[in-house]
Amino acid sequence: MKESDELKNSSTPRKEASEKITGAQAIIASLEAEGVKLVFGYPGGQALEIYDAILDSKKIEHILVRHEQAAVHAADGYARATGDVGVVLVTSGPGATNTITGITNAFLDSIPLVVIAGQVPTSAIGTDAFQEADFAGITLPITKHGYLVTKASDLPKAFREAFHIARTGRPGPVVICVPSDVACEKLSFEYPKRANIASYKPTYKGNSRQVKQAAALIACASKPVIIAGGGVVSSGACEELKNLAEILQIPVACTLMARGAFPARHHLHLGQLGMHGMPWANMAVMESDLIIAVGTRFSDRITGDIERFAPGAKVIHIDIDPAEIGKNIPVDIPIVGDAGNVLGAIFHELQKSEPEPLTMGWLECIDEWKSTLEIEEPLKDNLIIHSKDIFDAINELTAEKDTIIVTEVGQHQMWAARFLEERGPRTFVTSGGLGAMGFGFPAAMGIALAKPESTVICIAGDGSIQMNIQEMATIAQYGLPVKVVVVDNGSLGMVKQMQELFYMGRYSAVDLPRIPDFKLLAQAYGWYGDEVSDPEKLKEALALLLECPGPGILDVRMSTLELALPMVAPDSPLNKMIGVEKAGRTSRKGRR
Amino acid sequence: MLHTLSMLVDNKFGVLTRITGLVARRGFNIESLAVGVTEDPTLSRVTIVVDADEAAYEQVIKQMNKLINVHKVYDFDKEACVDRELVLFKVSATGETRHEIIELVNVFRAKIVDVGKTTLTIEATGTADKLDAMESMFRTYGIKEIARTGKIALSRGARD
Repeated sequence: MKESDELKNSSTPRKEASEKITGAQAIIASLEAEGVKLVFGYPGGQALEIYDAILDSKKIEHILVRHEQAAVHAADGYARATGDVGVVLVTSGPGATNTITGITNAFLDSIPLVVIAGQVPTSAIGTDAFQEADFAGITLPITKHGYLVTKASDLPKAFREAFHIARTGRPGPVVICVPSDVACEKLSFEYPKRANIASYKPTYKGNSRQVKQAAALIACASKPVIIAGGGVVSSGACEELKNLAEILQIPVACTLMARGAFPARHHLHLGQLGMHGMPWANMAVMESDLIIAVGTRFSDRITGDIERFAPGAKVIHIDIDPAEIGKNIPVDIPIVGDAGNVLGAIFHELQKSEPEPLTMGWLECIDEWKSTLEIEEPLKDNLIIHSKDIFDAINELTAEKDTIIVTEVGQHQMWAARFLEERGPRTFVTSGGLGAMGFGFPAAMGIALAKPESTVICIAGDGSIQMNIQEMATIAQYGLPVKVVVVDNGSLGMVKQMQELFYMGRYSAVDLPRIPDFKLLAQAYGWYGDEVSDPEKLKEALALLLECPGPGILDVRMSTLELALPMVAPDSPLNKMIGVEKAGRTSRKGRR
Repeated sequence: MLHTLSMLVDNKFGVLTRITGLVARRGFNIESLAVGVTEDPTLSRVTIVVDADEAAYEQVIKQMNKLINVHKVYDFDKEACVDRELVLFKVSATGETRHEIIELVNVFRAKIVDVGKTTLTIEATGTADKLDAMESMFRTYGIKEIARTGKIALSRGARD
C-alpha cells in the first residue's frame, strides 16, 4: 500500500521521438521502467512477439514454468515475500484461462500482480479464432482492473496504470490483454512518470474526527481486543500495531493472513483466531467489549456464526477499502485509510491524553483461559509420527536460520499455523481467502527466486503437492533450493476430518493410497528425496533435507487419523470449539 | 425495495459489463437500465433501478465506487432528483374507440406518433407512476405492444 507511486528512476530507455519501437518492445521497456526483475510465464502463438522482445532485455529474467497456473502462484509468492508487484506473461486462450485460479487467489488475498496475456489479433477478436478466449471478460469478477489494449500507442499508459492500480490502495491483480498485431505495431515510446486516474484515488489518511472518536472509545474500553488482518502486513504497519497494543495493553489476535504481524513472544499476543484459532483468542474476541479490527474483512473463517459473533462488542473497523467496512458486521466507528497511517494517528491521539490502561483484569482473565483451555492432543506413541513432531523438529532445525514457510492448503496448513514459530511479517505465506490447493509449491518457487538468502520450506499435504507437482522440473532447471516437506497422511485430510466430524465418519473420495513414491519422483527430477515414517528418525531426515544443497523433498508418513484441532464447525459461534477442554477434567480422551 | 442509482462512467467498451456483472454477482436483478453519453463525450451516464434490501444496496454502491471506470455514483434514495421514462404503446383502435383514445392521450399530455388502420402508437414520457397509470387505461382498449426505456435521472438544483 504505497501512497506515493511516482517512478524514481527516470532511466526509461531514451528513444528519440522519431525512433519507433514495437508494441512488444514497449511492453518490455514498460516492465523495466517499473523495476521488474522477474517475469513468470509460458510462451505461445499469440505471445511470440513479446517473447522475442524479452530476449533483448538485460534487466528482466524470464522463468519458464510448466503450467500457467504455477506462473501466477509463483509471481504471487514473489509479491508476498517482497511486497513488490508480481508479473506473469502468458499466451492467449488456454494460456490465459490456466491463470484463473492463480488470479482469483491473488484477488482474494489482495496481492499485487500484473498478468499480461497475448490475444488473437484485433481483426480476429470475436470470431472464435484458434486459441481465442475472452480473457478480459472472464477475469472481470476476479481482478481489480483489466485492459484490452487495441492500439500500440495505448500500451505505456495501460502498463503505468496497471502497476499503479495493482500496488496502491487495496492491492490486487490487474490483467492486460495484448492482441498480437498490437505487439507488432510501432509506436513512439514514452513511459508516463505517474498514473493519473481521475476516478481512482484511494484514501490513505483516516478522517481525523473518526480517529479522535476511536481513540476515545479505546481509552475507556476495559475488555478490548485488536484483530489484525492481512492489511497490516501489506501496509507495513507492524510497528504501529505494536505501539497501539502496548500503550493501553490491548491483546492482539491475528488472522491467518496476518500471521507474524505481531511479535510471537509478546505478552499481548493471542495468536490466530477463527475456525482453527487458539481457544483464548476466540474467547477474548467473543467476550470483548471493543473490537479494533485493522485490515481484515471479517470473513466467515474469522467470525463463525455471524449472528452470534462478539455480542457485547463495539467495533472500530479500519480498512483501506470502504466496501469492506460494514459488509459483514455492523460497525460503530468506520475509518477508511491505510492501516499504518490510521493506527499511527490513533496512537498519537492517545499519547496526547496519556490514559491509564484499564485492561489488567481482562488480561488476567485471558491468562486464565490460556492456562485452563487445553487443546486435545493425539495419544503419544513412539511408532507413529504426529503433526507436532514434524513442526517441533522444523522449529528446532531452523531456529538460527532466516526461514520463510510456504504452505499448501489443508490440515498441514492449520498445523503449520499452530505449531510453527512466528518469525515476523512476510515469512509465512499461505492461501487465505481462496484456500487454493496447488498454491504453496509454485509460490515457494517464486519466493526462492525473490529471497535467495532465505531457507524456503514448503509445507505440503500429499494431496495438494500433486496439484502443481510439474513445477519440480522448473525448480530443478533453475536450481532453486526449495525444501518440500510432504505431511503425508495418505488422504485428503481436511475433507476426511470434516467427514469424520460432520458426516459420521462416512469417508467419501478422500483416500490417497500413497502414490507416487516421492523418493523415486525426486530421482526422476534430479532432486534430493527421502521418506520417513519412524518418529525416531524424523529429525535427522528433516536435517538432511535442509542440508541438501539443491531442491529436496521429504515424504513424512504420519498418522492417517490425526485431526487439525481446535476447530469451530461452520456456522457455529466462535467459542464453540471442537477439541478444546477445560484443564483438570479426568475424562480427557486422547484422539488417535 | 426499488432503488435508483446513477453513475458517470468512462465511455469505453466493457464498462457496462463491469457494472451489470457487479450487480448480478450480488444476486439481484436490474429492473431497468439506461445508458447514454453525457455533455462530456468521454463519459456516459448509466442509470439503473435495482431491487435489493438496504444492506445489499449499500454494498452495491460501495462496490460501484471501487470500479476504476466509475467516476461518480449518485444514490437517488438519498438525494432529490428528476426522473423520467419514455414509453411507446401500440394500442388497438377501432372506429368507435379511436376518439376516446385520442382524448386520453391529450389528458396525459402524450403524443400520437403513428396511426395504423387498427392501431394508434402513442409516445409518452413521465415518471414510472404516470406511465403505469396510462398503461392501465390503455389496457381497456387492448395494448398490442409496449416498448419502455429504463429510467433516467438527474439530481435537482445547480450541483454537478
